[in-house]
Amino acid sequence: MTRSSEAPAFPHRHLLGIEGLQPWEITFLLDEAEQWVDAGRRARKHDGRLEGLTQINAFFENSTRTLLSFEIAGKRLGADVVNLAAGASSLKKGETLLDTALTLNAMRPDVIVIRHESSGAVALIAEKVDCPVLNAGDGRHEHPTQALLDALTIRRRKGRIEGLRVAICGDILHSRVARSNFHLLTALGAEVRAVAPPTLMPPHVERLGATAYTDMEAGIEGADVVMMLRLQLERMDGAYVPSTREYFRSFGLTRSRLQAAGPDVLVMHPGPMNRGVEIESAVADDIHRSAITEQVEMGVAVRMACLDVLTRERRGEV
Amino acid sequence: MRPVLIRNARLVDPASGVDGNADLLVLDRVIADFGAGLAAPDGAEVHDAQGAVLAAGLIDATVFKTDVAAAVAGGITSVLLMPDQSPPLDDPALVERAERLGKPKLWVRPLAAATRGLKGRELAELSLMKEAGAIGVATGRAAIADSQVMLRLLRYATGLGMVVITHAECPFLTAGVVATEGEHATRLGLAAAPASAEALQIARDLRLAEEAGAALHFACVSTAEGVELVRRAKARGMNVSAGTAPAYALLSETALIGYRSFARLSPPLRSEEDREAVRAGLADGTISILASRHDPRTAEEKRLPFADAEPGAAGSATLLALGLGLVHDGLLTLPQLVALLSANPARRFGLPGGSLAPGAPADLLLFDPGAPWRIEADNLPGLAGNTPFDGLPVQGRVRLLLKGGERLL
Repeated sequence: MTRSSEAPAFPHRHLLGIEGLQPWEITFLLDEAEQWVDAGRRARKHDGRLEGLTQINAFFENSTRTLLSFEIAGKRLGADVVNLAAGASSLKKGETLLDTALTLNAMRPDVIVIRHESSGAVALIAEKVDCPVLNAGDGRHEHPTQALLDALTIRRRKGRIEGLRVAICGDILHSRVARSNFHLLTALGAEVRAVAPPTLMPPHVERLGATAYTDMEAGIEGADVVMMLRLQLERMDGAYVPSTREYFRSFGLTRSRLQAAGPDVLVMHPGPMNRGVEIESAVADDIHRSAITEQVEMGVAVRMACLDVLTRERRGEV
Repeated sequence: MRPVLIRNARLVDPASGVDGNADLLVLDRVIADFGAGLAAPDGAEVHDAQGAVLAAGLIDATVFKTDVAAAVAGGITSVLLMPDQSPPLDDPALVERAERLGKPKLWVRPLAAATRGLKGRELAELSLMKEAGAIGVATGRAAIADSQVMLRLLRYATGLGMVVITHAECPFLTAGVVATEGEHATRLGLAAAPASAEALQIARDLRLAEEAGAALHFACVSTAEGVELVRRAKARGMNVSAGTAPAYALLSETALIGYRSFARLSPPLRSEEDREAVRAGLADGTISILASRHDPRTAEEKRLPFADAEPGAAGSATLLALGLGLVHDGLLTLPQLVALLSANPARRFGLPGGSLAPGAPADLLLFDPGAPWRIEADNLPGLAGNTPFDGLPVQGRVRLLLKGGERLL
């Protein structure tokens, strides 16, 4: 495992986003994650390499699944995992955020996982702490481990990423998942399509490497992967789209609509799903096409890989 | 008080078309004379300018806070204070008090809040505030959303002979927004409005001003489309003027990369194309006023994630040097810059100063346009150092500043 004679394969202190990572750095993280997929399927899942290290999960925005995934990942690696679930209301503004960062830092953690509702907030905190920081989602900006777990899922199912046609559908405007996926999938050579109603499509999305489609059928035509995004229900009542039923009619993923995609299309969703709003249950539960539960499994593996790689320097293994 | 004689200066006075080497004499707080080889009266304080530029003290047409130290350091002798104070300047007593706060070093010219509490609904007591010293009426940091209120404001202010200063951004399109729509905002994941939010508001307010026959000033124009609308309105002979701030001629949305909250401004930074158009507007006179939009913010208001930080930048101390950058770039002549910084705001708002003509108040600025220095946020004079120009090397230093013949620097 020791690589002391070479440059580290992942020469970054933090993982704040996918943008700026080299394709081989992304591939390296995916390769590292494979072993944890296998380990996770054994009865005894524990690996002690983070023994004695402290991992703080500081979630300033509510989350259940991602927090749980990071907690399990840290525990399987043997870290002492502590969760700070500060609700969005109490600790989001003022000096409190940086003060909280300094307080966390003073407890001498070895890695901090942060989620915050404001774009750029995780990078701001990372400047103030002495240990590696892992971005678990900042505003609409990035959610790098989600893109990595999506890529791992696709690679395991399809055997590759390069040359695949991936359609990302739904609320692209507010989605950090979409942004991280644009960066990752284009870096690895996939053809990426952004499919959304015009009110939920960010301008200049093509500059992020995606082709914009406002028609669902055209957007998913011949797709190897269809990745659905969650639509926040508060954006449904006339603000961005008129109603859930109208949205489902035009952009919901149904069996019949999916026929426009490729024959072996893989259906993905970062969860939690709004069944009947963006995805039909029959599609979500189709074991031949849906990779949605597999994504959750890959999430733990990818997060174990990231925690391992980012703490190697502290463990004297670089 | 002692007479003051400034010798060997390059006098730049666009108000009277003067640009040449001369001496200038101050007697009893006013400019007494200028010309070659003036004799020093008995007991006069004599300064050898050594060829430095002598101009009227700067009139900063938009500040959000009375910050005397920053103004003095920047060569500014008068400021137009926006009504967005705490509480807003919507009452004659508040206007009077605001005017006093700069004394004795700075002329504070308060702008009356257009509506009570700046809420955009009921007209404030404009006539009483004018009597109390308000030199114009302003909508403050935001435009008035309701067209009916805006039309009545324009009509009422016209009756009082007051210029209406308005903010050129559609409040609906820009609600909750921190950036201009474009690649960078998309990449950074920041809530954004299209640049046309400016043109939309300018177009409406031009039309309403035409309806009312009002004198209208757009405090800050920052987009290509906005500049063009003002250019055409002026060509039609409308009583309209526009200002901008150095940031919109020097920076674009790329300054947001890395979520630098010092680059969170209102209006937000625009595209390169818009920046070029602002420069063209300054050069051809469409934009006739360059103001600092001085808005000092504390660390608590700025050391935050980009979208949570307050907008605005400290600008008084850097206004002259950044303006001179446009001269050194060859965009403006020195007399053009001086007009943008003093003569034009004086004329537009009917203020004393902004001129070197005999009889004008001795608000005088002597500066060396070539003297180099570096903008340092941590060492900026004034209440706060929140400048998006941190680290920028600039040229132009104040050598002497007089207000009413009294030396401040």
